[in-house]
Amino acid sequence: MDYQLNELQQMLQQSAEKYIERDYDFLTRQSRAASDLGYSQQQWQQFAELGWLGLPFNEEDGGFGGGAGEIMVLMEAFGRGLVLEPYLASIVLSGQLFARLGNTEQKADLLPKLIDGSCKLALAHSEPGSRYELERVQSKADSNDASYLLSGQKSVVLNGNDADYYLISARTGGAGDIDAEGISLFLVAADSPGLTVRGYRTADGLQAADLTFEQLEVAESALLGEPGNAFEAIEWCFDQGIAALSAEALGCMEILHQTTVEYLQTRKQFDTPIGKFQVLQHAAVDMFIALSQSRSMVYLAADRADSARDQRRAALSAAKNFIGRAGRLMGQSATQLHGGVGMSDELNVSHYFKRLTTINTWLGDDNHHLAQYSDSLL
Amino acid sequence: MQLDFTPEEEAFRLEVREFIEAEYPQPLRDKMNAGAAPNKQDYVTWQQILHRKGWIAPRWPEQYGGTGWSPTQSYIFDEEISAAQTPRVMPFGLTMLGPVLLSFGSEDQKQQYLPAILDSTTWWCQGYSEPDAGSDLASLKTQAVDKGDHYLVNGSKIWTTYAHYADKMFCLVRTSSEGRKQQGISFVLLDMNDPGVEVAPIITNNGLHTVNQVFLKDVKVPKENLVGEEGAGWTIAKYLLGHERTVIAGVAASKQQMKRLKTIAEQETQQGQPLWQDNRFRDRVAEVSIDLLALEQTNMRVLSDESAGRGPGPEASLLKIRGTEIQQMITELLAEAVGYYGLPYHKEVLLSGWGETEPVGPDYAAPLLPHYFDWRKSSIYGGSNEIQKNIIAKAVLGL
Ligand SMILES: Cc1cc2nc3c(=O)[nH]c(=O)nc-3n(C[C@H](O)[C@H](O)[C@H](O)COP(=O)(O)OP(=O)(O)OC[C@H]3O[C@@H](n4cnc5c(N)ncnc54)[C@H](O)[C@@H]3O)c2cc1C
Repeated sequence: MDYQLNELQQMLQQSAEKYIERDYDFLTRQSRAASDLGYSQQQWQQFAELGWLGLPFNEEDGGFGGGAGEIMVLMEAFGRGLVLEPYLASIVLSGQLFARLGNTEQKADLLPKLIDGSCKLALAHSEPGSRYELERVQSKADSNDASYLLSGQKSVVLNGNDADYYLISARTGGAGDIDAEGISLFLVAADSPGLTVRGYRTADGLQAADLTFEQLEVAESALLGEPGNAFEAIEWCFDQGIAALSAEALGCMEILHQTTVEYLQTRKQFDTPIGKFQVLQHAAVDMFIALSQSRSMVYLAADRADSARDQRRAALSAAKNFIGRAGRLMGQSATQLHGGVGMSDELNVSHYFKRLTTINTWLGDDNHHLAQYSDSLL
Repeated sequence: MQLDFTPEEEAFRLEVREFIEAEYPQPLRDKMNAGAAPNKQDYVTWQQILHRKGWIAPRWPEQYGGTGWSPTQSYIFDEEISAAQTPRVMPFGLTMLGPVLLSFGSEDQKQQYLPAILDSTTWWCQGYSEPDAGSDLASLKTQAVDKGDHYLVNGSKIWTTYAHYADKMFCLVRTSSEGRKQQGISFVLLDMNDPGVEVAPIITNNGLHTVNQVFLKDVKVPKENLVGEEGAGWTIAKYLLGHERTVIAGVAASKQQMKRLKTIAEQETQQGQPLWQDNRFRDRVAEVSIDLLALEQTNMRVLSDESAGRGPGPEASLLKIRGTEIQQMITELLAEAVGYYGLPYHKEVLLSGWGETEPVGPDYAAPLLPHYFDWRKSSIYGGSNEIQKNIIAKAVLGL
């Protein structure tokens, strides 16, 4: 057994942490979030130069052959910096899904552009009625000569507002709307006729979009993998996303905990640092406990992200549930212990609180994963 | 013991309901139903409707414009206006300053200020907290130096709700630094248009502007604006706190939010069924419902003691603690109910609803996550929940 980071991971961690410290102070982050784009293309380019955009891809595809463990250390640093760039959407979720399903030709076309930062992807899977259920897909893809006609709606597509391509899931078969069988995945250019994109900011300062498409025609070559067979890969990529998001949450928690303890030491009321009040000490200790256990669950999630389905799913649901609850405790306590200051938008505390809250929602909230995990016990 | 409302009380409920039905303006109703934040005009419009009916100040003595209602009637009234989702009556003039002036103000002050509180032509704000004096309010530093016919006031107030709407502020200032900290505090009234008063916005975690920092630089406050004796500010502030506690549980508003939660959960789907049919989800709602019932019964019991002439003791702090915890839990469940559609953030919608614009997701979703963030304030303000527990520990348990 070994819970230590390997050499590559340590190097990655050092460079990522150094980068966040140097290029991602809170005020700079806030001004990037307020810009039209909502993040910095220049920073994205920097990610490419640092090799991060190619991290999870195979060497023969131009990547670095990293796995969930490498993504974990990167995402933890991103959490500390509240990074805005679409790494989760474009690389962790869509990039990996695309690489898993795409054929040699498709990959040769797109992956180099993804890795050099000139092209971004977004995953359009969830729908208005699907909530967190991955099998529930109503969007349809009707085969039509050498093309497909896609019709449907996709909700809250992470970074869907400015992606160059979408991975859109749609039904080519299966029994009704809730069947793992019969779900296909298509690569669709953002400027395709028949595709409407409605972008918006999200509560954490990131962005997303709703997509609607009616009789949107794509060539047969837009199909990724076998027709009707995308579900397993989609589920796998959600699990990669969960491992990555959990690591990001861990980074957020570290900062919140550290900031709160510092505040308890410096804020004085009743002529004494408020950290002398035992009830606040205990609250800070509860945060510490949640933080420490979250780290363990993040390691577990990264470790299991590539295991066989049964082992993987339960472990990742456990992790996502734990992180969701721990994140809530951290966010609420940090706000409470800061008093009025914790409510203000100017201070970073409220932004970490918001990010931890939205992380809980993304890819299934704590209660969804509790139910998943609970079912695994049957 | 008689836990149900009497027929007279039920008749009164009907009267209130019919009044609201007839008088609550439709455009404002639509805006409030959309979960949008009321603006100054919205508050004033609704308060003036209540005033014209004579219902704006239920808890004031009748000869000053009160209604002469029993505590139970006031409670029923609160329930009905909460159920109708009207803008809430701003507490600063009506539940805070009014009672203070009635108990401590001079005859002149009553005549000068009470009418404009009742008809909502003066908007008051509360200047207590300072950057270095929050929970430890008695350590406040804003200085008022005696200059004969006036005080010269210097310092800063913070977290001042709606200072940017306010015409006037009631304010705790330090008139002496001798003796115990509490003894040097005085209660004064100042005009927000006075030279030297500057209001700077503070944006909170929902992205909106309701609180402010107020800077006071050489502000001249005439001596006649001192309420009570010089040095009586702390006594007045404590009196006010006692007055507030039973109102703060927010039972009626929470009951309304529980209804909203049910309506939303009936429309949301989970595994092809209404979310409301999901036992796991509904059980958690049920638990909060039970907590709310326990709070409501406790609140009624305290009210009944009050009617029987036994004023609420410091144990009423528990109403504030449980009331805010329940409010917060409901906002959490509401945000959870809408899943991914809690995430999109639309500031315009928080201010005025979707209006003519096609909503992103269900039209009720947009305000829910910002409300959740915003309601974290309720365990911080009005004496934080930690401070309320300290009060109970000390004053009730003798620890
Ligand atoms: C949205 C909002 C609106 C407000 N509106 C107004 C207004 O209109 N007018 C006004 O005057 N003020 C207003 N306030 C201020 C509010 O009353 C203060 O925020 C509150 O009193 C807490 O003070 P603080 O923010 O300085 O926190 P602090 O007092 O610094 O408290 C920080 C933390 O320490 C804890 N703590 C402090 N002392 C103790 C202790 N002895 N034992 C255990 N724990 C302790 C607190 O509970 C809190 O968790 C508002 C605040 C908010 C958030």
